[in-house]
This record gives sequence, C-alpha cells and structure tokens, in this order.
Amino acid sequence: MYVYDEFDRAFLAERVAEFRDQVGRRLSGALSEDEFKPLRLMNGVYLQLHAYMLRIAIPYGTLNSHQLRRMAHVARRYDRGYGHFTTRQNIQFNWIKLEELPEAMAALAEVGVHGIQTSGNCIRNVTTDQWAGATPGEYDDPRIWAEILRQYSTLHPEFTYLPRKFKIAITAAPQDRAAIKVHDVGLRLHRNEAGELGFEVLVGGGLGRTPFVGKLVRPFLPARDLLSYIEAIMRVYNQYGRRDNIYKARIKILVHEIGAEEFSKAVEAEWEAIREGALKMTDEMIAEIRGRFLYPDFATLADNPPELAEALKDARFATWHANSVHTHKVPGHAIVTISLKPVGAPPGDATADQMDVVADLADRYAFGEIRVGHEQNLCLPNVAQKDLPALWAALDAAGLATPNVNHVSDIIACPGLDYCSLANARAIPVAQEIAKRFSDLDRSRGIGRLHINISGCINACGHHHVGHIGILGVEKNGQEFYQITLGGRADEKAQLGTLLGPAVSYEQVPGLIEDVVETYLELRAGPQELFIDTVARLGVEPFKERVYAAH
Amino acid sequence: MAAPQQQKLKVNGPVTVTANRLTDGAVVWRTADGGWSADLADAAIVTTSDAAIALLAAAQQRDIEAVGAYVAPVLLGEDGSVQPGNLRERIRVAGPTFELPH
Ligand code: HEM
Ligand code: SF4
Repeated sequence: MYVYDEFDRAFLAERVAEFRDQVGRRLSGALSEDEFKPLRLMNGVYLQLHAYMLRIAIPYGTLNSHQLRRMAHVARRYDRGYGHFTTRQNIQFNWIKLEELPEAMAALAEVGVHGIQTSGNCIRNVTTDQWAGATPGEYDDPRIWAEILRQYSTLHPEFTYLPRKFKIAITAAPQDRAAIKVHDVGLRLHRNEAGELGFEVLVGGGLGRTPFVGKLVRPFLPARDLLSYIEAIMRVYNQYGRRDNIYKARIKILVHEIGAEEFSKAVEAEWEAIREGALKMTDEMIAEIRGRFLYPDFATLADNPPELAEALKDARFATWHANSVHTHKVPGHAIVTISLKPVGAPPGDATADQMDVVADLADRYAFGEIRVGHEQNLCLPNVAQKDLPALWAALDAAGLATPNVNHVSDIIACPGLDYCSLANARAIPVAQEIAKRFSDLDRSRGIGRLHINISGCINACGHHHVGHIGILGVEKNGQEFYQITLGGRADEKAQLGTLLGPAVSYEQVPGLIEDVVETYLELRAGPQELFIDTVARLGVEPFKERVYAAH
Repeated sequence: MAAPQQQKLKVNGPVTVTANRLTDGAVVWRTADGGWSADLADAAIVTTSDAAIALLAAAQQRDIEAVGAYVAPVLLGEDGSVQPGNLRERIRVAGPTFELPH
C-alpha cells in the first residue's frame, strides 16, 4: 500500500472546502449551471439520467480497508446503499444529492479518496494490473510508476485543458491485465538485454467511436526517463491534437493521421530538448516513492498447506478455488479474485454491506489491502493459502463467492440506458439475461474462458470492441438494437472484434449469444481450444451462417 | 431515444418539458403554472413546436430549481392519464429496469 502524507491530506481538505463553497453558491443562485458545471466535473460530479453521479478514482486500483469501509459508509448514508465499480478502476455512486455532496466528499477525503481528474480533458486516473506487486514474473511493481505519474499529472497546469481526455495504463507482467493497448498511452515495463528496467511505449490506442490498437512508438525507454518522455508526448498532443472537432480530438486520431513514425519523431525531438531537464528522475526520487509502498510482512509458509488440501475435498470450495485463486509470488500465499458478477445482479455493483464484508475480510486475511480490476471485480492480492477455506466461507455467506471469473457470465457492462444520459440502449439487463442463460456452472466451466463486453452506446465504456464477444447497443426507430462482434481481446494480443452481422433486437440477444457459444462448442478443435482461438482460426463466417440461419 | 441535446424540436404528438432538480438531481416536469413537479401527472402538456419552444424557454430562464431542461414525448391515455413517451423517459419515471442492489 502507498502511504499518503500530510501534504496530500491538506490538499484534499482544501479542495473539499472549495467545492463546498461552490455548491453553496450554486444552490443560492450565485453561480449558474453553465458556471458551475465545469467546477463539478473537475470533482467527478456528473448529472445523469436520474440523479447526480459521483465518480471516485481508485489510483492504480489499490484500496485499503479503511477506504473501502468509507465508501460503504458513503453508499449507505448518502446514496442508495450500493456503488458501481467501473472499467477504469473507479467507483461511481449513482444517486447522490448535490446538497449532500460536500459532506460525502469530506468523508472520502479523510481517507485520501477523491474524484479529481475523473472527468474532463486531463490525464485521468492511471490504471494498472490489479495483481501488481503480488503476481510472479513481474519486472517491477507497476504501481510505483503509476504513482509517479499520478503525482506528476495531478493538477498539472499545462495538461488541464488537453484537446480531450487522456488515459494511461501500465503493465509490468508478461500477461497484460490492464488493457494497455487500448489506452492513449500504454506502458509495458520490462528489462532490456542489459537487464535495465524500461518501458515499451504504445500510443494512440482507444475505443469509442473510432477504435484503435495502440502503436509502438518506442521499444525501450529507460524507466527513469518516464516523466520527461510522457511530457514530450503530452506536448506534441497538446500542440497538434485537434480541438475543432470533439470526435477527432483524441491522440489516437493524431497518431493515425500523421502515422506512428512521424508522431514518434516529433516526440523524440521534443524529448531531446527536455530529457536532461527538471523531469529527469534521480534514483533517490524513485527510491523515495518506492519506499512509500509498504508490503505485507509475509510469513514463511509452504504451498498447499494441509488445511487447504482438506478443504479441497469439498466440491463447492474446490470449484471456487479453481476459478478464483491464483498463484502468488510468495510461497504459501495466493491472489483471490472476488466476483462482482453473481448471476442476475448488475455487473460491478457492490452493496454497502458487501463492501464492509470485503474490508473486514481484507483486514483479517489479506493485510488490509483490496484491489479493483478493470473487469469490474475485486481482488485480495495477498492471502495465506491456509486461510482460503475460511475466507471462502465468509465470502460465500455474503454472496461474493460466485465461481465465474473469466467465464461467460463474468460480463463487463457499462451502465447503459438504465443510468446513462448518453446511452442508446440498455446494457445491464442484457448482461443479466445472458448470465441467467449460462447460470449452470458445469456448463460455463465447459465453455472455458470467454469474455463478453457490453456498451450502451458508441462511447464504448464497456469495452465492447475488445470483448471476445462484444455487444453494442444502438438505436433504430426508437427501439433498442445490438450489434455483435466476435474475436476482440484486451490482453497482450489485443485486437478489435469483427462484426458478426446485422444488429438484432433486445429480445434476440441472449438467444443469439447462446447460438454463438453452441457454434463454438461444435467447431472447436478440442476441449482445450478457447473461444477466442476458435474465432481466430475460423473467422466469423461459420458463426454468422449458423447464428443468422437460426434467427 | 436520441440524447436530448440531439433532438430537433419537431413536435408530432404530445410533449412535456423535463429536467433534473438542482438540489438532488431528481427527475421533474414543468407545470402549467411555471413550477416544477416530481409527478408526471402534473406536467404541462403541449402539442405544437411553438408551444414546446415557449415552454422550454420559460423553463430555462431560471436554472436554480431545475437543470438540463429538454422536451420529451409523452403518451396520453383515453382517460387523460400521462405516460412517458419512450423507453428513456419510462426509465426516468420508473427507475432502472432491473432490481437495484440492496
Ligand atoms: C456519466 C457517465 C459516463 C459518461 C458521460 C461517459 C462518457 C464517455 C464518453 C463520451 C466516452 C468516449 C470518449 C472519447 O472517445 O472521446 C467514454 C469512453 C469510455 N468510458 Fe465512459 N462515460 C460514462 C461512464 C463510464 C463508466 C460507468 C465506465 C466504466 C464502466 C466508463 C468507462 C469508459 C471507457 C473504458 C471508455 C473507453 C474508451 C476510450 O477512452 O478509448 N465510462 N465515456
Ligand atoms: S458506453 Fe455510452 S451508454 Fe455506456 S456508460 Fe458510456 S456513454 Fe453511457
């Protein structure tokens, strides 16, 4: 965990006081909505379909139990008793009153949590692997670098009014769990042949109306040069990015239009001019940030303790263990994923009671640390294997032990028309209907890893382009319709999905998805071939033929 | 279901003006006496573009009761009852279409 200092706390307290004043002036009429709107957005406050929504950043997805408990408190006291974890390592409260927002924000600020830079044309919350610091094979803890970027970019005066929002993601493991290739800047930490730590830098990825996979602009950037290089990228973007057309304003359009090579040249030229300047990081600076990350005092334990072996005789526990528990870098420990996708529930929602349960369990079994992943699930990164049976029993009692992580019912879905004022169609109930069709755990296990992503409009908040099966809500004559894509993926082999065929109605979606899955089961080369690999091998045509013949 | 900003003011059927209440964001409708109500049954209903534009302009004049005003379709029942005119507006009246977490 990162330890905040007095400076961070004082800054947040001042910011809340400032916002309290702004809300007061808005309520009295001293500020008009046009004057107030940019101020509220700078604090993560949106006006949605039904109410105000507060978006809170969870830097690099890391929370401590106090912070999660405080979120539970805000959900219970100021909202309707639940919150929504998003694909950007944020949490959103959907029903918060403007009158009470300053109080809620003050409560969050006390534990170092806020909504600054979760909206607007600035560098947003830097995201990373939810297994950071715990997974074996990592080159470094990516959160150290995300934290360096967080400090650098927070209220950065030059980058507060970029042409458009800006999203940076970092991974430091061979497996990409941060979807870095679909971010404005994707950073892959690795070591070169000389053993030095550095970043592969990708620029211009993103989803939305014009989706792109990021392009390589630098294979190796010495890690200590991160800030000057990012600054060079931001400067080139700030200067050349389009401001005349919101749909062409993202850096991906700039990179696409001038080409990765030209873009890279412009960045390198800018970088040469500033790399030896104020942003050059010294080993001491990096060590200082690194030193603020406290790691658990892991006990010396052996893998597969007798308590675990005994518990594995219970089929329900064994199923959960096979699905939700992953290898830790420290022997005798494990990484646990907590599914926020119980069949039939809104994906990514957690009640205040569930948040409290997870916070308590984190204190008891996981050194007080919780992570939020872009798949809208939670994670306890540091659990002793001997404690897994007790942890599972407690999670199960709270409805948090659905063993469907990475299965067909572990669906990523944006809020869609049920909450979002930009939506064309619903997303959450589509996810619920599909999950119900695949509620049989044996069946879903037989299907294997399969990611379904749903967005309620072209903005792609549900990452539909990179779902193995992507579902995009569109509107036709006032009715909800859905376009289906196959073969997208957000991992280290990221690619965009291919359109299956004409859009179908709301009612047709679950049946169509079932047909797609049945077709896969018939066509796969063997039980080991994953859905995504069958699609890669055969293309979408055989799916299209079967699926549309049936509808 | 187009976003309200994208709607042209082509009125072909009964419409009302709706917004979100400033203090808490709750969905409200413009009433005939120039106030706001949280009950669609109280909404002023008009049927021509001119009347809709006038109702909207009046609603936007002061934005300290309600914000983000726009024109929304309604359906009138034979008995004079008012229903929201499309799915988006139905969701605004009735809330999300699934059971909320509790
Ligand atoms: C008030 C609610 C929301 C609004 C108004 C909103 C708006 C938008 C817009 C306009 C874009 C397209 C930006 C562009 O390409 O220039 C976008 C993209 C995106 N949003 Fe949202 N969104 C909302 C909620 C969410 C939620 C709940 C999530 C996560 C579940 C989310 C995650 C994302 C992601 C991942 C993108 C990806 C596309 C990209 O940046 O390349 N957003 N959003
Ligand atoms: S994809 Fe569209 S509908 Fe979904 S949250 Fe984003 S803006 Fe709203």
